[in-house]
Amino acid sequence: MLELKNIVKIYQGGTVNETCLFDGFSLTIPDRQFVCVVGSNGSGKTSLLNIICGSIPIDDGEILIGGENITRMPEHRRHRRIGRVYQDPARGTCPSMTILENMSMADNKGKPFNLMPCVNRKKAEEYRAMLSQLGLGLEDKMGVKVGNLSGGQRQAMALLMSTMTPIEFLILDEHTAALDPKTAEIIMQLTGKIVAAKQLTTIMVTHNLRYAVEYGDRLLMMHQGRAELDLSGEARRNLRVEDLLAKFNAISIECGN
Amino acid sequence: MNLLLSVLEQGLIYAVLALGVYITFKILDFPDMSVDSSFPLGAAVTALMIQGGFSPLLTLPVSMIAGAIAGSITGIIHVKFRVRDLLAGIIVMTGLYSVNLHIAGRANVQLFSFNTIFKNDFISGLPSSIQPYAPVIILAVVTLAVKLLMDAYLATRSGFLLRATGDNATLVATLAKDAGKVKILGLSIANALVALSGCIMCQYQRYFDISMGTGTLVLAVASVIVGTQLLAGMRFLRATTAVVLGSILYKGCVALALSLGLSPFDLKLVTAVLLLIIIIAGGQNRKKGKRHA
Repeated sequence: MLELKNIVKIYQGGTVNETCLFDGFSLTIPDRQFVCVVGSNGSGKTSLLNIICGSIPIDDGEILIGGENITRMPEHRRHRRIGRVYQDPARGTCPSMTILENMSMADNKGKPFNLMPCVNRKKAEEYRAMLSQLGLGLEDKMGVKVGNLSGGQRQAMALLMSTMTPIEFLILDEHTAALDPKTAEIIMQLTGKIVAAKQLTTIMVTHNLRYAVEYGDRLLMMHQGRAELDLSGEARRNLRVEDLLAKFNAISIECGN
Repeated sequence: MNLLLSVLEQGLIYAVLALGVYITFKILDFPDMSVDSSFPLGAAVTALMIQGGFSPLLTLPVSMIAGAIAGSITGIIHVKFRVRDLLAGIIVMTGLYSVNLHIAGRANVQLFSFNTIFKNDFISGLPSSIQPYAPVIILAVVTLAVKLLMDAYLATRSGFLLRATGDNATLVATLAKDAGKVKILGLSIANALVALSGCIMCQYQRYFDISMGTGTLVLAVASVIVGTQLLAGMRFLRATTAVVLGSILYKGCVALALSLGLSPFDLKLVTAVLLLIIIIAGGQNRKKGKRHA
């Protein structure tokens, strides 16, 4: 279970431009829940993910995982149980290393990075099988540098790499936003498959309302640092894209943007 | 023939330096100015130990340890105190100047009467036909050993993390590893190699001079760029091999220019201009073959 308790986040504190994004924000996500988060720009979606992962500090409040307080835990330690995929496909892979090297490195997450050889030839077949289920032809390019791949291919790899070791949480930060519609569809289907197979607690930020309705079992609509809408169970299952769009527009018109 | 031999010898000595700088400059993308002082640091430690009667062989690992400490200080200043990379290197470079003077005791130390790795009983016992080639053989062995060890290291899990840190520090964090610590480790390894090169240089020329480090970084960067960009077309070459060849090639060009009548006064200016031309030419290559999406 992931708990955020009374989170306060102030940007540019102490200056005239001081803006308070979260003022006592709380959120509880039970294990194995798939939460989709939507909202306009500046509503606090990405900040929420950054706070959970420890990429940005908070001004007040507590973050707990399974009851353990991780508020002061540095970002890299939190990632022992978190996998994360970013909007920018370049952030999830190493461009100057080959596909095989990237996969081998990701497979070593959670184990010591010592003086043992990193690439294990015996595992290459396993990686090849994982890549071939993508249908992107990556299995025949094991020796190609990732920097030469397309954005969609890289994002597919980033998703595989972030979930290939045992993790509890998957954080998806608009991970289909930079992709063409067809590739985005492939990545989303893959996401659904992986989350179901590994039973991961997932938080997905998206601008695509259709994905937000099709995937997951809880929906949050963020607005000015608050959850304007929080649907789960029956209400979530009956939700249609049109309802969500209407609500989205209502909030936007209220604010004049 | 003599010229060719001295080009090879010096090129091999500076190849160790260039391999160290390859780690910071190319792999970590870190402009490490402390190199200008960790090179003479290795030499100062060597001068002190050789005068003190220690085995010349022992100076190699001890200089490396000294260099590793210097590099880790640069890393800690940069990572823990968030000082910009260039500035962190300059601070360590400046401070080390005094440290080097203290270690060596004087600004110049001559070692002509002492044994070195190039001048000892074993080598004077060799047949006179081999003796002139002894230094180049020793240097080839040392440089090859450093290159092979580095190749092996870069294929380990730790080496992968080092490569990933320069490439994409975000990924290192999502792999639950602290990119800052990896940077400190990389700077230590790099400066250990730089100090090793200084140690060998000191024994080769048989004196220590406090100003022998001036321009070391530029020289090393020139070797790295000559190696990795001019020889980029030869894909079968490993990057480390290219850097070693680049160092020898660069030394060869300098020797050729001097023998064709270039005044030593103009040497640094010509070096700077040549480096600039290579970087600009290489920069256009990079645009064509984009690295990031």
